[in-house]
Amino acid sequence: MRTLDRKLWRDLSRLWSQALAIALVQACGVATLVLAVGSFQSLLETRTAYYERYRFAEVFAQATRAPQQLTAQIGAIAGVATVEARIVQPVLLDIAGMREPATGQVLSLPDHRQPVLNRLFMRQGRTPQPGRSDEVIVNESFAQAHGFQLGARFSAIMNGSKRELQIVGIALSPEFVYALGPGDLVPDARRFGLIWMSESALAGLYDLEGAFNDLSLRLLRGANQTAVIEQLDQLIAPYGGAGAHARDEHPSHAFLDSELEQLRAMSRVIPPIFLLVSAFLVNIVLSRLVALEREQIGLLKAVGYGRWEVTSHYLKLIAMIALLGVLIGAAVGTWLGQGLTRLYADFFHFPFLLFQRDPLVYLLAVGVSLLAAFAGGAGALASVLNLPPAVAMRPPAPPIYRRWISGRLAAVRALSQLTIMGFRHLLRWPLRSFLTALGASFAVALLVLAIFSFDSIDYMIEVSFDRAERQDATLHFFQEAPPAAAQALAQLPGVLQLEPARTMAARLRHGHRSRLIAIQGRPAGADLGRLLDLDHQPLRLPETGLAISEHVAKLLALRRGDLVQVEFLEGQRRVVETPVTEVFQSYFGLVVAMDQAALDQLAGGGPRIDSARVLIDDAQLDALYQRIKNLPVIGTVALQRLAVAQFRATIRENIAMSVAIYVSFSVIIAFGIVYNSARIQLSLHGRELASLRVLGFQVGEVARVLMTELGLIVLLAQPLGWLLGYGFAWGMLKGFESDLYRIPLVVAPSTFAIASIVVLSASAVSALIVLRRLGRLDLIAVLKTRE
Amino acid sequence: MTDRAQPVFVARGVTKVYRSGEVEVHALRGVDATLYEGELAVILGPSGGGKSTLLNILGGLDSPTAGHVRFRDHQLSGATERELTRFRRDHVGFVFQFYNLIPSLTARENVALVTEISADPMAPEEALAMVDLDHRLDHFPAQLSGGEQQRVAIARAIAKRPEVLLCDEPTGALDSKTGIKVLEALTAVNEQLGTTTAIITHNVEIRRIAHRVLHVADGVIARLEVNPTRVKASEISW
Ligand SMILES: Nc1ncnc2c1ncn2[C@@H]1O[C@H](COP(=O)(O)OP(=O)(O)O)[C@@H](O)[C@H]1O
Ligand SMILES: [Mg+2]
Repeated sequence: MRTLDRKLWRDLSRLWSQALAIALVQACGVATLVLAVGSFQSLLETRTAYYERYRFAEVFAQATRAPQQLTAQIGAIAGVATVEARIVQPVLLDIAGMREPATGQVLSLPDHRQPVLNRLFMRQGRTPQPGRSDEVIVNESFAQAHGFQLGARFSAIMNGSKRELQIVGIALSPEFVYALGPGDLVPDARRFGLIWMSESALAGLYDLEGAFNDLSLRLLRGANQTAVIEQLDQLIAPYGGAGAHARDEHPSHAFLDSELEQLRAMSRVIPPIFLLVSAFLVNIVLSRLVALEREQIGLLKAVGYGRWEVTSHYLKLIAMIALLGVLIGAAVGTWLGQGLTRLYADFFHFPFLLFQRDPLVYLLAVGVSLLAAFAGGAGALASVLNLPPAVAMRPPAPPIYRRWISGRLAAVRALSQLTIMGFRHLLRWPLRSFLTALGASFAVALLVLAIFSFDSIDYMIEVSFDRAERQDATLHFFQEAPPAAAQALAQLPGVLQLEPARTMAARLRHGHRSRLIAIQGRPAGADLGRLLDLDHQPLRLPETGLAISEHVAKLLALRRGDLVQVEFLEGQRRVVETPVTEVFQSYFGLVVAMDQAALDQLAGGGPRIDSARVLIDDAQLDALYQRIKNLPVIGTVALQRLAVAQFRATIRENIAMSVAIYVSFSVIIAFGIVYNSARIQLSLHGRELASLRVLGFQVGEVARVLMTELGLIVLLAQPLGWLLGYGFAWGMLKGFESDLYRIPLVVAPSTFAIASIVVLSASAVSALIVLRRLGRLDLIAVLKTRE
Repeated sequence: MTDRAQPVFVARGVTKVYRSGEVEVHALRGVDATLYEGELAVILGPSGGGKSTLLNILGGLDSPTAGHVRFRDHQLSGATERELTRFRRDHVGFVFQFYNLIPSLTARENVALVTEISADPMAPEEALAMVDLDHRLDHFPAQLSGGEQQRVAIARAIAKRPEVLLCDEPTGALDSKTGIKVLEALTAVNEQLGTTTAIITHNVEIRRIAHRVLHVADGVIARLEVNPTRVKASEISW
């Protein structure tokens, strides 16, 4: 066996470039698997541990003002383990050196004990002294974004008056792993901060002594969550309870979930592509090798090596290639995975990171790689196994070329004989040619998949913010106000146009489906906050009934004309029925809109507004910001233009890394496919090509035979790759669809073009590397040896 | 010597039919043949006559369609693939027209390939010395001439001290001078080790070195000829 193993090493070192090309393709698959599964597990474990250690709650509810005594009753609900009641208020911040107003959320910390739920991880400093309304803890990213150290000061408008606050502690919270400000699409730590203050101090500021407006619960193991939520809703309803919800509707948690879902999708979609391509490469390379080594195989059998011994020799060869791929892939995947997990930790603000190095992932990688390689080599291995030793001593019959292309056609006669040779080669093995094209098309598809998100997200932003929600900012009152309050806002400097709005918390029910969704009241003929129909054309809001977004329609199984039960969770808390009168397009969140007058009438209690969309004159922006920072009636501000800019920047940053990875991956696939096919063609037609050289054809002319075949294959791969890429993109977006956002599938022509240019260039380079061998063909040797 | 020697191979009524699609080729049509202990037999005949088919069946590379083949007390006809592999490994040395060396192994390694799976082999170096190649141990096939490659193939065949040496046109790809060196190596092995040797050829001149000549044509043994006037390989030429 030792000598046979020596042959193995020599064969490997002779075939190194082809073996490496295959191993690299395998490595991409393994790397993606290790990366995605590793990051998925690390992120999941980290989140779970963080939630456990810092006691992240499981059920959440808000009220306007509930008495402290209620907590005892809530704690008595069957299945409830722990209750934490606190005060949470939105605040407007005024930070020295910051042009625009920031917003924040101020949360109470119990005075003489640790919170039992949603505990803080203290990075620095201490908790505020009980009763001190000027000492606060802030979240770390907010502090970092402003360069705040312990002792730094900033101002906040709290219950109508501006107060100066001093930072005594910096912390992280399991509730705000992903801290999204009002109206923001991605976290912007500069414009949104979390502020913790002593409970008694905060209660004093908001006249909430002995009361709370925010609840967190943890349940006993095996508790019926739905039943708990129902009973909780009943208990807090009299106190302005706005509907309890579980973790899956908690914004921070839901965003983490969607991130985890993306990793899971990645680990399931991408590796199989690479494994498929590598299996195909193993197939063509091993088939050719076995064809070339027929006589050696026959000899080994003739001298007494068993058929399995000989087969295992080739099995070892592909196992070595696969293991090389696993080795490279596991190393790269681990490295990238650490990078990605760290990126996550930075982005999401975890206090610690649990790197998961699950040996099972690596075992899985070894398993699937070997499986793919063996599957790819199965045909060739079977022929090794079954090759009768006597037959192996005879050369195989030359391939029969069919006259696919008639020489009599004028068009064909115009082509040179060399081009026709290329065509015939291509058509002699149509399946292999097609599979080669398919393999190369994966390279194109991956690139489309990598780049299309820019197109789709650009389109989503354009539709959502240039055509639908066209305001520059939305100002939220601290409390609901009569419609006249809009007048005060309209007179602010720089406000060009203003549209008052009212949002009411509600639970919508249709059959057995129900959902907490706020209903947005919009004025008739709204021009800033517009709705778009399914073709993205502006829509007139119906005078009565609900207009619901397509996604809400799907969630609640609603169609135009269906009756919906609306349970208002504020105001007079009416329960009414109203029909769906319109279905519109919306890519973000769950949107239900209604004509404002109709909403006022349905909810009862007279007309009210709580916010206003505004169009702003840029020239007076500073003056406007300055006024807002000192306006007691304003609770929070959503600066849409900044939010969109931040969204674009974050997405670009996040996609940039994956684009870089995918470009390398697709170049590797293109190289692996083209290089190996070219080598195999050279090996198959070496004699023929050398004969052409002997007949006096130049290297460049002979190259045309190879180039015709390769070129046609690579060209065929382009449209195939576009199609596949479009399909992959569609599947990916379907997988990412969530209540938070749905991305429309848009692929710009330039994306297809870029994908093709990259793949064509990579193919050209790999073909050139092989063509250099054409110049080195040993004419005499080729002609002397028998085929 | 042929009179009293023990038979090594006995073939009776051996036929071989190849089917490729519609066409049936009767390569052997009832061959009776015997090879005796220690003899050097030349199998002579025109191309396509069935010589290789016969040799492959004797060597356990192929099985007859009908008839019996016995090697000493092993029944080869009807043996399983495993048994045939075992038989080739333990008893037979092959030499082929196109040498069939493994290009990625050196001369020494090509021989070691076989000695590693043999029960009582000689050292690869010793086998190569017997064919005068002890100065070419670490050369790869591509660095050797055709004659040298064929002598490596002979060294590979004899290194396991086989009981029989089956050579299919060993000089077919060689010029006369090199061919004779190869035949010298084969006759030397036959004489020194007493290995029963069968050499296929279509070259009539070569029959002069044989103890016996089996004339094969059209799938049958047309004629058996005992050669009373054996000459040394060095004395013939073509
Ligand atoms: N594997 C095979 N399939 C079909 N026909 C074969 C095969 N091997 C040999 N033959 C045919 O059998 C006949 C005898 O061949 P062979 O034994 O090789 O002759 P020789 O060695 O005397 O030249 C020839 O007609 C040859 O074409
Ligand atoms: Mg023959």
